[in-house]
Amino acid sequence: MSREIAILNGTVFDPTNRIFGERMDIFVKDGKIVGSASSKAQRIDASGKVVMPGGVDIHSHIAGSKVNSGRLLRPEDHRKDVEVKTPTTHSGVGYSIPSTYTTGYRYAKMGYTTVFEPATPPLKTRHTHEELDSTPIIDKGCFPLFGNNWFVMEYLRDGKVEECATYVAWMLKALKGYAIKIVDPGGVEVWGWGKFLRHLDEKVTHFNVTPREIIRGLCKVNRLLNLPHPIHVHTNNLGNPGNYTTTIETMDTVRDMANGSKPIVHITHVQFTGFSGSSWLNLGSGAPEIAEYVNKHGHVSVDLGQIIFGDTTTMTADGPFQYFLHMLTDNKWVNMDVEVETGSGIVPFQYKRSNYVNAIQWGIGLELALLIKDPWRVFMTTDHPNGGPFTYYPRVIAWLMSRKARERTLSKINRTARRRLTLPSIDREYTLEEIATITRAAPARSLGLKNKGHFGLGADADIAVYDINPSDMDVLRRKPAKLRRAFGQACYTIKNGAVVVRDGKILKSPFGRTFYVESQTKPEIESNLLRSIETRFRDYYTVGIENYQINESYLRYPAKVRCEAEI
Amino acid sequence: MGLEESTFRDVVCTVCGCCCDHLEVTVKEDTVVKVKNACAMSTSKLLNYMNERIMKPMIRRRGRLSGCSYRDAVDAAAKILLKSRSPLLYGWSLTSCEAVEVGVELAEEVGGFIDNTTSTCHGPTILGVHEIGESSSTLGEVRHRADLIIYWGCNPIHAHPLHMSRYTLLSKGRFRKSRSERTLIVVDVRRTDTAKMADMFIQVEPNKDYELISALRAAVRGDEIEQDEVGGVPTDLIEEVAEMLISCDFGALFFGLGLTMSPGKSENVDAALSLVRDLNSKTKFVIIPMRGHFNVNGANNVMTWMTGYPYAIDFTRGFPYYNPGETSAVDLLARGECDSALIVASDPVSNFPYKATCNLTSIPLITIDPHITPTVLCSDVVFPSALVGIETSGTVYRMDGVPLVARKLVEPPRNIRSDIEILRDILRRYRNLKRLGR
Amino acid sequence: MPKIQVTLLTGRSLGQGRAKEQGKLSELYLESVACCEVQHEDLQNIGLEYGNNIRVTSNHGSVVVKVVAPTQPLPRGVVFMPYSIWATQILGSDTEGTGMPTYKCIPCTVEPAIDEKIMSIEELTKKFPRKRSRS
Repeated sequence: MSREIAILNGTVFDPTNRIFGERMDIFVKDGKIVGSASSKAQRIDASGKVVMPGGVDIHSHIAGSKVNSGRLLRPEDHRKDVEVKTPTTHSGVGYSIPSTYTTGYRYAKMGYTTVFEPATPPLKTRHTHEELDSTPIIDKGCFPLFGNNWFVMEYLRDGKVEECATYVAWMLKALKGYAIKIVDPGGVEVWGWGKFLRHLDEKVTHFNVTPREIIRGLCKVNRLLNLPHPIHVHTNNLGNPGNYTTTIETMDTVRDMANGSKPIVHITHVQFTGFSGSSWLNLGSGAPEIAEYVNKHGHVSVDLGQIIFGDTTTMTADGPFQYFLHMLTDNKWVNMDVEVETGSGIVPFQYKRSNYVNAIQWGIGLELALLIKDPWRVFMTTDHPNGGPFTYYPRVIAWLMSRKARERTLSKINRTARRRLTLPSIDREYTLEEIATITRAAPARSLGLKNKGHFGLGADADIAVYDINPSDMDVLRRKPAKLRRAFGQACYTIKNGAVVVRDGKILKSPFGRTFYVESQTKPEIESNLLRSIETRFRDYYTVGIENYQINESYLRYPAKVRCEAEI
Repeated sequence: MGLEESTFRDVVCTVCGCCCDHLEVTVKEDTVVKVKNACAMSTSKLLNYMNERIMKPMIRRRGRLSGCSYRDAVDAAAKILLKSRSPLLYGWSLTSCEAVEVGVELAEEVGGFIDNTTSTCHGPTILGVHEIGESSSTLGEVRHRADLIIYWGCNPIHAHPLHMSRYTLLSKGRFRKSRSERTLIVVDVRRTDTAKMADMFIQVEPNKDYELISALRAAVRGDEIEQDEVGGVPTDLIEEVAEMLISCDFGALFFGLGLTMSPGKSENVDAALSLVRDLNSKTKFVIIPMRGHFNVNGANNVMTWMTGYPYAIDFTRGFPYYNPGETSAVDLLARGECDSALIVASDPVSNFPYKATCNLTSIPLITIDPHITPTVLCSDVVFPSALVGIETSGTVYRMDGVPLVARKLVEPPRNIRSDIEILRDILRRYRNLKRLGR
Repeated sequence: MPKIQVTLLTGRSLGQGRAKEQGKLSELYLESVACCEVQHEDLQNIGLEYGNNIRVTSNHGSVVVKVVAPTQPLPRGVVFMPYSIWATQILGSDTEGTGMPTYKCIPCTVEPAIDEKIMSIEELTKKFPRKRSRS
């Protein structure tokens, strides 16, 4: 049975195809965008409404062992936000770490249809897939962590980049992962001994390799494998005053590898590494400097990690940072180091408007979004749930689109912070097409998802219809609450050609696909690799290599993205 | 799986929370004939799993359990649940994550309670984690780095026989090559076989763990302890131990039911979690609970991602509600709050205190289990099921959260289904009956 | 009759773990778990020998099991029973708000019960109340 939908008379924003607010019809057949539809198609009247491709979240912690540890840590987080079972939905809980069903529903209600879990410990990636498979509606994928991996560090120490690439290709395939994630390179290994690593050129204890070498090496690996997404980097020194220089240094360390205009490094939740100053007292925003670098250098993209004032749960693979946050706040703390690979930490946190540091952080995120000129290289995230729950995206959109919305919040934040931020002097207001860029078109392109984030013929029919009349934009900018409501509750969300949300209510909840990458290396290279790591694998891990790998059949709806390796 | 003898390597064991994955199991004519690398418990399970099997579904008629068709059993189970206002779905630690997932869906559908055996093993540990958090790691970190290992209120030689050789004291790690590079401290009320391996054994008086841990925390902080002894342990010794804890490079504290089952319960665990947290300002220290059943951790994980809570979940209000002590199995039964129960892969009639058990046996009882157990003998509807990791495959979570797939090695006996299939069929039948308004 | 005050621990033992896997109706299982380990001097105080039957009584119930030598040394005044339906006969159902019944450190008395019989699993399960007759 063919399912056809005609979305008529909407104002369409499809930046990829250079459609910037045109009145036009969008047709869907069998889950794809098509050029026309028959008279039997379900008709959706979108006049006076905005039509965009479904949202794509490039960085949101929604699944896996640390997310679940966060849930387990915080019953108090769930009690204040429950979802009752309905005929079309399962029950569940929020707030900052929603249960899996609730996560899928809430994304869909906002018109989001694709979400990537950005940090999976390889050894526990099976767990990540189990949760992703339990998250309805959205398409998804996950990024395995490589920045503290013993094999990677040993290969790069020995200058064996091609072997490292072969290993990474095998890992992505074995784990059904999508991209190379690097968190605090070297720093988490050193944290295995309870120690800290501070500089890009400091040697990792026992491994005789530096963070800079790890980043550069994995950047080369990424290119050798032709992976669809650039290396996804959470830099060293996260959360330390003055760390914006580490961010710029990290971006600059791979500059010479730039390849035309395509970004080769993605710096994630850059707000958290955008601090200037030398202490908590003179902390300032490093956003202008970072933005300037990004504006001048095409090899970099960033996402925001915008903070939202209020309660949330911080969780990263950056074990040492989370310990530091625990000491700072005295809040409860979970640490989970994972053999051979990585670590993680979890600390509940409250961002307060009256707190000087938090207010500066809030400003940094928005300054970055507003000072970086090219919306194709800055993506909207809250680093959910680190900056705040993803359910607050409409608020971030309102801040970006409406100066008035920013002024209202600015008037309530710490006064010293307000004085020191550049934000009050920035006039820029995002347009709807820029919002469509930073929330779907650009992240989809950065992920190399050719059928996402746009309405070209044959694209996936993932569509959001919002109750926004573009001719009323001036009014809406003055009434940001309306903007927030509109982006918070899609009139329609269509996923894979099926209407899943209507007026903010879930109609049905099919399960989406899981994207993973297979970079084809020469067959003999892979078998050589497996032979060469066999003994080491047994020495390093407490599980056998057979039990480590995840079969494709383990995933509910696997979607393989192939690329050709240069090795 | 035919007439030929075949050997499976890297088999995941489905006995305790160690989930050892290095077993070699030889199978001939759908029977396990040889087991290598396994501990005594594991070997015993793999060679004897056919003992006392239930071979067909049963329903109680006129006071006696008698064989029935699978369809009738499904129908009877669905009808019990349909009539019931607050059923309890209990067990879940000796089955796969995939089965637990169906179990949670069923519990939500019938608007009942779902609890796993955590509530009677490491429930207090989870309550402690809610308060303090935990500084932890996978077992491989301990193998590679730990120079100090503590077993407190647990007895791995008996309960987790390969724990020491695969993960801790006797394992070979990258930075610790042999036994001589590690120190073992055992704290227990009796000199267990584990204690005999220790470099230092500390005999604590029964029910004095909290006091002893608190004294250790004080000593680690550098506070003076005024008493001569705490919990039967001389203060000098406490101070000596504190010094050992501080001066190691990487310490690992494993604890067991000695802390969770003694009076104080979550308070004891709270103290242990706090001690390890405190130690991280001096050195590196991790704490890992010795989970008992092979997938109790998986049951916690599945329930947590589906509902936000790891056990003791109440769906009677239409959304997940959680309050161990109120919504946990023993409490529900002791208060007589459930009007039927579905038990999956567990034997509460053997394990629950007498009064709670009396209540369980006096309500309609459905049991899914491979073997005849006291709980089966008290049931009204019984489903025989296939053993996870032997006759059917499924995901299990090791005590440190490492997920593994326990594979199918042999065919189950004829007409014996997996927990997943049985639960799905009950759920389907329940929904049909409900739709028909019966 | 001599009677001593003791602290009861219940717990896992390798024998119980192994026997459990052989089947709960097996002779081996009964042998391995329907017992109570009592320290030698404590046993002498009530004038018994290993292999005799004893009655263990708590605030919540009473059960007859065989007395055996500790497989792992016990301090005086502490007795041990493997997890089993025999041990749970004398456990209380109050969890003190934690969900967890007290399985360890339970005040009990131990006394000779040489002429009393150890109940079988079948007998014990029959002891539990049955529901009103149903279809």
